[in-house]
Amino acid sequence: MIDKVTSLDRALKKVKNGQIVMTGGFGVPGTPFCLIKGVLDKGVCDLTLIKNEANEAGLGISLLIEAGRVKKLITSHLGLNARVIEMMNESLIDVEFFPQGILAEKIRAGGAGLLGIITDIGIDTILCRDRQAAHVHGRQGLIEPSLRSDIALIHASRADRAGNLIYEKSARNFNPLMAMAGDLVIAEAETIVETGQIPPDEVHTPGAFVDHVVLIETLMPEYGVLKHHVH
Amino acid sequence: MSIDPKSDPKRKIAMRAAKEIKPGQVINLGIGIPTLIPEFLGKDMSLTIHSENGIIGAGKSSGPARADRNLIDAGGTYITTVLGAAFCDSSVSFALVRGGRLDLAFLGALEISEKGDLANWIIPGKFAPGIGGGMELAQKAKRLVITTTHATKNASAKILKKCTLPLTASACVDMIITELAVIKVSRNGLMLKEISEETDLETVISLTEAPLIISDDLTRF
Repeated sequence: MIDKVTSLDRALKKVKNGQIVMTGGFGVPGTPFCLIKGVLDKGVCDLTLIKNEANEAGLGISLLIEAGRVKKLITSHLGLNARVIEMMNESLIDVEFFPQGILAEKIRAGGAGLLGIITDIGIDTILCRDRQAAHVHGRQGLIEPSLRSDIALIHASRADRAGNLIYEKSARNFNPLMAMAGDLVIAEAETIVETGQIPPDEVHTPGAFVDHVVLIETLMPEYGVLKHHVH
Repeated sequence: MSIDPKSDPKRKIAMRAAKEIKPGQVINLGIGIPTLIPEFLGKDMSLTIHSENGIIGAGKSSGPARADRNLIDAGGTYITTVLGAAFCDSSVSFALVRGGRLDLAFLGALEISEKGDLANWIIPGKFAPGIGGGMELAQKAKRLVITTTHATKNASAKILKKCTLPLTASACVDMIITELAVIKVSRNGLMLKEISEETDLETVISLTEAPLIISDDLTRF
């Protein structure tokens, strides 16, 4: 019987300096805080991170960036993280922005084994400066190369031993896309059940995409509700 | 109900913007002023609110008692869902936008041109938090309504002949709603359709750089 459940240390064994690391999450929901802390504790540096945003100051991947471990961030929006914007403005980190859905689609394409996508998003903007043009269906588009990573860090609500994953509510976001786009896919899960206990119809990410599953032993406070966003 | 545009410009804008929503529509509310719009919608209004982070059928903010650590909107606020809601990944969420299923989007603006070009994501060297979902919403929503204060804090015009800032999307704006005016973007230029009860034509024109075509049936709001 396939068993992908392992310890945090073993799962992160192949994480090294200079790698490209994708991280799920849109704000707190879906951010794999436990795996990110593992990467931080491991001390790796010169990382290129791919995440929708940079969490908020002092939280999640912001800790890696603030510790100077990240040379480049590929993202969509940093509006809730003034500290990372400051670091970007001081050239302490290189930041590349993409439209949110295009970032998602570039990752999806990477996971689907495609070289890139063609889109008309940003066609009349400064984004077309450094992009190759393409003509399809008699219309002008831009080529957006797909994105893959050495490592993908995923947060799931539930996993089985075979690596099948279920996400919860708005914690799904980039997780299922990144779970296809990493050469090594590591998922943390709040609950791990025996294989067979997740009905096949309910699986969001098939276990075949996932290399390691790590149990979140205790939900750290980071996973909780951010009081300043309760209105 | 009348709201004074001087003391509460944002709610004045949101109240007028709410009237642009038709029952049954799929809509997206950008950050800032658009998030105030639901306050002015009829209780029985049935519509589907899309949130970029993968919620189709977003409801009101949760309040402290119902805040769920796994349920926020794209601005980070803890929310609820409505009956019939669905969660999806970020790719599906933007498929809805780019694929032509989003009836109406409300966004803020730094600058708008008389051709309906929108600039709202970057002031080079000063403000560059990123692109987010704005470019796709601006370019692909079936209808785009801009909700913005009419001029900057220094009384400089935001509605210009030509945008000076890098664009979010060109020729994408259908309507501009400010605390002072409702302006329709037409092929012939910007058509002033309504002015607020508390202002006059001269004030609106003086705070607008782009030429305005005054509608024959100019009304007050």
